[in-house]
Amino acid sequence: MTAIPLLDVRDLTVEFTTRRGIVRAVERINITIAKGETVGIVGESGSGKSVTSYAVMRILDRAGRIAEGSVVFSSIDVASANEDAMRDLRGREISMIFQNPRAALNPIRKVGRQIEDVLLEHVQATHMDATQKAIELLAQVRIARPRERYHAYPFELSGGMCQRVVIALALACQPQLLIADEPTTGLDVTTQKVVMDLIAELTRERGMSTILITHDLGLAATYCDRVTVMEKGRVVETASARSIFTTPVHRYTRKLMRATPRAGVSLCDLLPEEDAAPATATVAKLAPKENRAPLLVLQKLVKEYPRKGLDGFGGVLMKFVRRGPAPESDMFRAVDGVSLTVRRGESVGLVGESGCGKSTTSAMVMRLMDKSAGTILFDGEDIGEIPPKEFAKLPMCKRIQMVFQDPTDSLNPRFTAARAIADPILRLSEIKGRDAVRARCEELARQVGLPLDLLDRFPHQLSGGQKARVGIARAIALYPELVILDEPTAALDVSVQAVVLNLLQDLKQSLGMSYLFVSHDLNVVRLLCERVLVMRAGKIVEQGPTERVLVAPEAQYTRDLLAAIPQPNFGPGRAMPERLAATP
Amino acid sequence: MTDLAPPSLRASSAVGATLRHARYVISENPVTGVAFGLFVLIVLAALLGPSLVPYDPLASNTDAALKPPSVRHWFGTDQLGRDVFSRVIVAAQLDFFIAVTSVALVFVMGGLAGVAAGFFGGWADRIVGRTADTIMAFPLFVLAMGIVAALGNTVQNIILATAIVNFPLYARVARAEANVRREAGFVLAARLSGNGELRILLTQILPNIMPIMIVQMSLTMGSAILNAAGLSFIGLGVRPPTAEWGIMVAEGAAFMVSGEWWIAFFPGAALMTAVFCFNLLGDGLRDIVDPQRRT
Amino acid sequence: MPNLAGKFMLRMGLKRLLMAVPSLVGVVIVTFLLTRALPGDPAAYFAGPAATKEAIEQIRVNLGLDKPLIVQFGRYVGDLTRGDLGNSLTTGQPVGKEIRERLPASAELTLLGLILSISIAVPLGILAATRPGSLIDHACRVLATAGVSLPVFFTGLILVYVFYYLLGWAPAPLGRLDVFYSPPPQVTGFYLIDSAIAGDGEVFLASLKQLILPVATLGIFSLAPIARMTRASMLAVLASDFVRTARASGLAPYTVIVTYAFRNAMIPVVTTLGMVFSFLLGANVLVEKVFAWPGIGSFAVEALIASDFAPVQGFVLTMAVMYVALNLLIDILYGLIDPRVRIEA
Repeated sequence: MTAIPLLDVRDLTVEFTTRRGIVRAVERINITIAKGETVGIVGESGSGKSVTSYAVMRILDRAGRIAEGSVVFSSIDVASANEDAMRDLRGREISMIFQNPRAALNPIRKVGRQIEDVLLEHVQATHMDATQKAIELLAQVRIARPRERYHAYPFELSGGMCQRVVIALALACQPQLLIADEPTTGLDVTTQKVVMDLIAELTRERGMSTILITHDLGLAATYCDRVTVMEKGRVVETASARSIFTTPVHRYTRKLMRATPRAGVSLCDLLPEEDAAPATATVAKLAPKENRAPLLVLQKLVKEYPRKGLDGFGGVLMKFVRRGPAPESDMFRAVDGVSLTVRRGESVGLVGESGCGKSTTSAMVMRLMDKSAGTILFDGEDIGEIPPKEFAKLPMCKRIQMVFQDPTDSLNPRFTAARAIADPILRLSEIKGRDAVRARCEELARQVGLPLDLLDRFPHQLSGGQKARVGIARAIALYPELVILDEPTAALDVSVQAVVLNLLQDLKQSLGMSYLFVSHDLNVVRLLCERVLVMRAGKIVEQGPTERVLVAPEAQYTRDLLAAIPQPNFGPGRAMPERLAATP
Repeated sequence: MTDLAPPSLRASSAVGATLRHARYVISENPVTGVAFGLFVLIVLAALLGPSLVPYDPLASNTDAALKPPSVRHWFGTDQLGRDVFSRVIVAAQLDFFIAVTSVALVFVMGGLAGVAAGFFGGWADRIVGRTADTIMAFPLFVLAMGIVAALGNTVQNIILATAIVNFPLYARVARAEANVRREAGFVLAARLSGNGELRILLTQILPNIMPIMIVQMSLTMGSAILNAAGLSFIGLGVRPPTAEWGIMVAEGAAFMVSGEWWIAFFPGAALMTAVFCFNLLGDGLRDIVDPQRRT
Repeated sequence: MPNLAGKFMLRMGLKRLLMAVPSLVGVVIVTFLLTRALPGDPAAYFAGPAATKEAIEQIRVNLGLDKPLIVQFGRYVGDLTRGDLGNSLTTGQPVGKEIRERLPASAELTLLGLILSISIAVPLGILAATRPGSLIDHACRVLATAGVSLPVFFTGLILVYVFYYLLGWAPAPLGRLDVFYSPPPQVTGFYLIDSAIAGDGEVFLASLKQLILPVATLGIFSLAPIARMTRASMLAVLASDFVRTARASGLAPYTVIVTYAFRNAMIPVVTTLGMVFSFLLGANVLVEKVFAWPGIGSFAVEALIASDFAPVQGFVLTMAVMYVALNLLIDILYGLIDPRVRIEA
């Protein structure tokens, strides 16, 4: 005898009225959630996973509406309920937490007051005890010194702390169902784990049901009992987490599963079975050519910035207005004595969380930014002293190129793909004449797998993966020796990422390039790089061969990073998240 | 091996896409179409009007003074017997000329200064910033009054004063746009591709800023005309018997109180229509250029 | 906790004050240059069109125009600190005195106009944003676009024609008070306040009647930019993430719109107020001409026509200083609303 599910979504279809007519964001989907269950909804961009949750809470945009199907929550028909009834449900019975937590909070209202608003609205507290209850809630989500933090504004809190406040808001009235829409996207890897563990623990404690919406299959498999996979607005597969992870049935699920970088797989394993190339070398283990000098050497590289608010006229004024002595350090070291080596034909990974200084380091190597101190040697020559403006004019510039993180941002919206790829050719190579340049562009397009008819399109007419290919084609146009890749796949869907990573590996081998691969994603680095350096707060905390560092790390920080990666464990007895200390 | 791309894609260019989007916006928002039509009418009036008007705008005829609108004089006659209609049409040319010249002047001055400030930073930014701040410290119309009073009561000085008081706005918009794009990925990539700073400014930054600056121009055309008319209203710049909308309203103001409304009304209405049309056009252009900023 | 907030406020106020100093310096320099930048002979300008050669020479020495520029500037600043703005040729009075006497008239007009426009524009903008596509929304958008197209002097004249000439409801546009009445005893210079203080109902009503049309003109003028900004800002805030959170938490519509959306939406509106003030101070001059209002705007205009230069200079300087002070107030107000600006490195 099956119990009545807490949430029963049947044949749900949601339509949006857009300029181009009616668009069906989700079509005839079925989802059920039982009491106390955690269900994951997994899909890439455009799959309709968020729209589904908005429909359940009836907070769709003005342009959207539930066209067909039914949504029944705890025997209440959500689709046809009136607005007052829905307002009752929201926050009290069903709650939601969103990605980008700082933006989800009112920037000019104290966080404690925001929690109180919810408590008072749903009559869970009176004006007398609302403050006390808000402080208790802050304590429950492991915010240290909750009494003080009550008075804080969102901009004074870190991303992780903001998310905890949002969780407190969501759980304030003890709802039965919590919807978590990509709650960890945008947070650091270590913070992600902490937040997910907190959500898992709190919901388990209270016997709440949870819907976890994410693009990360690994995350879903780790924290959910059952998983539903969506593609382009439809449900393609629903099964227990274990089944999805170990024996996926549907073609799309298998593609997603394969594309997710994880331990123990090689690059070509990421591709869907039909596209997997015949077994070429996995991670090329080129013997370092000891007789030739390393291609890139960084020695004690430093980059300093004056602390915010102290430059220019304001700074002079502050010196007059300030009463006491100046604080010890007016300078902030983004990069603090970084040394690394990249040999020819080698792929070196530079890993760290946001703000650790890895992007700054790569910008300095690329001579886009001046260094404060230290040496940068490229093929034996000191390029660190050359100012950025001069570097662009040197022939040396041809030998180092960069692939940028955001494919949209890195392409001039007014240039066609061909023009963008041709830019370095026109500026720095000896190829002259429209036809010759065009021929080279087409050759490059073939090498990166970009269909030739897309060459005359503009960036807004290309998909994310296609834009990424254009960026890569532009970077290899001059056949550089060293390519710096700054999170090149961070903005891409997992399946697209798999293809691009394989492409990068193929290109590296066929063109004999070296890579400096900057990323926050250890799994991706594992697939592509022979050596890896772990960076934190401007310093290198560990370095060595990838296999060694990722299997037997020496530094505690590296261990923390590795532990933070979601590890689905389907052995007997699910691992419970550890009790966490409160964050200061 | 044939190229399989559909013809529409091959012919597609930035201009083509913009035109198609423009057509779409106009069809969605007929008001923009109307504004554009009115704009064309005003331009025609400004260019051809003086040769087509029925009466000499400067010819006075005291016998026919203060006559209300009639078939002979569509807009009536003023206190000196001059045909108001003719004067209004001729004034279109002068006002239009003032507006276009001052907007063009400030577009070049302010736009270039702002782009340089936003892109190069450093002392260029500081100088442009200080200048803009100093101008902005004054109520703008008051500053225009002061400038015209100081430099002399001529039309050229009205144009100069209008350009000066609009400088901060243009400089700020241009600076903000250049600043945003300075660190954009494609600019960094252009540097890596061997483009020098100046080349980046001209080929990468300016083409991306142009649309926004053009919108800015059409939006400030209206206020430029109002500024000039306001200055003329208080007796600066334009002197009688020149036909200009502002001074015509000033001359007709006294008669408003005694019931001869047409002398001040028609030039004022013409002013209003012209400015309204420029503003609508500016809004429509802004929708075409950047749909996110629609109000 | 409150003590900490108090300390921040003080520091912020001081910082803002310091930031205003360069603006004031710029203003003084520019007004100085304007007078010395005159084409031809500045002394002749100050002496007036009817002056003799000896009189011009006398003025030249008096004003120190024969000395180097730096010395002149020093004298200029010295005079300013004593409140000496020169003398008006037409009236013979010190310009400073005239401006002081006439300032309340302009201030009363401008402040009332602003209050009127804010009290209509802000609710209109909010209603338009919360009911998109409705009649109010369309009315607001039309009003906003049409409103910025209306020449303020034209609006005034039309109002006079309709309400005075045609309908006879409003009094003649002849200044602050009808000739039959005498102004109330001077306390603030604002007739409405002074007559209320003196308990003089008749004068109060009479001043009010004279105020209606010019205030309406200024109000209509500043209505459009404020309504437009309020609507745009509200729309943006209503689409933001934190309003979505508020809705998802089931907060009542009033709470969402007022406590969450409105307060955030007001931030850009307050910033716009600075620009609106700039327009208003300029429009003031035009309105004073239409309604024969004895404020500093008409003072300057009359002086201009008579080629009397010192009042114009004094007028520009006064307006600019007032504007700098107003902007300072707005900055402080802004800091009160938005805690993010309060707390700096």
